[in-house]
Amino acid sequence: MARRAAACISVSVRPSKLISLLAALVLSSAAAWADAPRRVVSLNLCTDQLAMLLAAPGQLKSVSYISRDKRASAMTAEAAHFPINHGGAEEIYLLNPDLVLAGTYSSRATVNMLRRLGIPVHIMAPALTLDAIPERISEIGRVLGRDATAAKIRAQFESDLAELRKIDGPRPRAAIYNANGWTPGENSLPGQILKTAGFTNVATQAGFAYGGEMPLELLIMAQPDLIVSAPAYDGHSRAEDILDHPALRALTGTATGESVADNTWICGTPHVLDAVRRLAKARRALLAKAD
Amino acid sequence: MRLFLILFALVAALFALSLTIGPARTGPLDSLAALFVGGDGPLPMVMREIRLPRALLAALVGGGLGMAGAALQGYLRNPLAEPGLIGVSGSAALGAVLALQAGLTATASLGLPLAALLGAVIGVFLVIGLAGARGGSLTLILAGIAISALASALTSLVLNLSPNPFAANDIVFWMMGSLADRSMTHFWLALPFVAVGGILLASTARGLDALTLGEDAAETLGLSLTRLRLLVVLGTAAIVGGATAVAGAIGFVGLVVPHILRPFVGAQPSRLLWASALGGAALLLIADISVRVILPDRDLKLGVVTALIGAPLFLHLIFKTRRELP
Amino acid sequence: MSLLTLRDLAATLRNRPVFSNVSLTIDEGELVGLIGPNGAGKTTLMRAALGLLPRQSGQSSLAALSTAERARAVAWMPQAREIAWPIPVERLVALGRLPYLPLSGKIPAEDRAKIDAAIAHLGLEAFRTRAASRLSGGEQARALIARAIAQDTPLLMADEPIAGLDPAHQIATMQVFADLAATGRSTLVSLHDLGLAARHCTRLILLAEGGILADGPPQDVLTDALLARAFGVTAWHQHTPSGPVFQPLEVL
Repeated sequence: MARRAAACISVSVRPSKLISLLAALVLSSAAAWADAPRRVVSLNLCTDQLAMLLAAPGQLKSVSYISRDKRASAMTAEAAHFPINHGGAEEIYLLNPDLVLAGTYSSRATVNMLRRLGIPVHIMAPALTLDAIPERISEIGRVLGRDATAAKIRAQFESDLAELRKIDGPRPRAAIYNANGWTPGENSLPGQILKTAGFTNVATQAGFAYGGEMPLELLIMAQPDLIVSAPAYDGHSRAEDILDHPALRALTGTATGESVADNTWICGTPHVLDAVRRLAKARRALLAKAD
Repeated sequence: MRLFLILFALVAALFALSLTIGPARTGPLDSLAALFVGGDGPLPMVMREIRLPRALLAALVGGGLGMAGAALQGYLRNPLAEPGLIGVSGSAALGAVLALQAGLTATASLGLPLAALLGAVIGVFLVIGLAGARGGSLTLILAGIAISALASALTSLVLNLSPNPFAANDIVFWMMGSLADRSMTHFWLALPFVAVGGILLASTARGLDALTLGEDAAETLGLSLTRLRLLVVLGTAAIVGGATAVAGAIGFVGLVVPHILRPFVGAQPSRLLWASALGGAALLLIADISVRVILPDRDLKLGVVTALIGAPLFLHLIFKTRRELP
Repeated sequence: MSLLTLRDLAATLRNRPVFSNVSLTIDEGELVGLIGPNGAGKTTLMRAALGLLPRQSGQSSLAALSTAERARAVAWMPQAREIAWPIPVERLVALGRLPYLPLSGKIPAEDRAKIDAAIAHLGLEAFRTRAASRLSGGEQARALIARAIAQDTPLLMADEPIAGLDPAHQIATMQVFADLAATGRSTLVSLHDLGLAARHCTRLILLAEGGILADGPPQDVLTDALLARAFGVTAWHQHTPSGPVFQPLEVL
């Protein structure tokens, strides 16, 4: 209804086409705002971060506790300003939200319960490619009624990405190797980041298109030029032992020790570009050494 | 003697097979040449740093667990006794996990197997204390269930409390065991413990034979029961501690192997000791080869395979034990 | 030379005194029967003499020995016929040689001969390779006696070795003990069959009322008065041309 009203105004007032268009834009976004949710609660790390980027002041009422965890979240400083939730239906319901943001892998039981209670839940799929990130930005901008902000952030992201994609020269062979030998393939966000930074992904060559647990001996046999790992977490895990394996350390001709923290590429947010820049720098250093 | 040769040949063949199996599909001859002669490229490194420790650990851990099972069965005179089933491995895993999460291993690398050994000692003492020296099947299994449950609950708790996000995933490793991507460091860490435990258990051979006749008769055959108990407890704990610290808790090896080999050694506990050591090495090599052949892309846990073989046998044994009761 | 000397031996089980002031000596060439009603403490007395009880007082020449010395001085066949594993009879009997074997575990020829002799003595040749734990109760008992005999000690102590045996094997087993006595060895056996005790034992020890009630040749122990006092039975007891015959008759 608001939209139709805006259209009427744009027709009735006609000083110039440009003005009418501007007015339409302003009014339609104002109208969208009138329709926008006022009490948004996010349950998922990735929706947390996009919502924090896009929401109007006071619009976002709570983010998940994980967004305050340095290991997973790229926006802990921002998250400190929001009350946190642990994703339980009861807890969420008591926050009295008019929109809940969840991820594809959020608890089904929680989501169904909230919907039964009459709360709208928007489920966002994870971004598996860099090109999916602008879509996710627009998607969350739309459900929050913040299309203009989303468009601005999206444009900035797209131009930055296009800039970063302008690389030439040799593509060194690299692997991202993490706890339990987990290696992301080309069709995963970290794999795309590696590719954008100018590397050939060893995992793809080894047959892990989407990623998987690559046995250490395949990694050794592949003799990559660079191995990227996440920095070790506190405490101990047997899963990370593999990153200290003598065979890895004995790999001559392979640069190791490059690390990209998980929090930069778990979620498809503009922060992934930091990872691209970092790896691009590592590539330049590698090529300089080779010369 | 013939049995010894057969088992030895089996272990040697399986060891060689284990070396030639891996996700990097390399020819068996090339692999073995790279192992012994070396050469260019990454293959010698893969053979020496990844496959060799894996095969060595399978033989060492399997041999130790087989022998520990035979010794425990001989001492308790109960074919259901097995380090994994009666909670000794679980206690060792708890000790290892505590040491790792407390950071003990950072200060001394021996801290890991020592802590696992300590856990295993406590586990064995608790089981023998609860079940009594002549462990009746029922009390033995009940005591074992209680200790296993407690140890695994505490292990899970410690790992869940860890600040490391991967620690909780490790629960599966500590409960089921795996040899994936272990290194020579792990082999050298476990070797002294398993070797000392093996020597301690080997020295119980005569005592276990005598115990066939019961404690009174054994004592009047010149046997010190206190000394025997100490040797069995420490020997088992050293083996299980050393093995579990690097490979996790692998169950059923100590149950299956003595059971299969007992008829071939005239059921004599002393001869069953070394036969089970060789048999255990063979079984774990087979299990470790199977996990790589059946699901090469997944880190299938060793305990899954040994349990698939062992659990039906365990049921059969329980059934048999029940039938033999009056 | 005495093979066993007990002086003022006393034992308590679960805070209950079982017997006290037991003094006796067993010399070479004796077949001593230990008799007494149920619960008199026959098993406890034998285990105390061996030094196997945690709480006992007084002196026993065997309990004073080290475990290794004791293993060469006395062989013990407990009442519970435990054979934990299905080991072949010949290996079971060979366990008797454990105190003498070299560490290598190889059985030297002379030990082998003693094992064979013990198997032959108990008539177990046909069972040599059979799993001992799967034999009948009587056959198991004989295999365990053969094991104790293979230990080849001056003294053999056996707790109810003939219980559950058929008459032929009961007599044959008592005869085995008598044969041992003939070679200068001695046997202390507890038994309930007073008829066999009367016929085969050279001496009987009657344990009752917390101590030794009588100790001497069978005819001196199996008197009407002592039988009435210890067992509460009457008996018919006669020396016949075919040896002494003893038959308990009725409960008093």
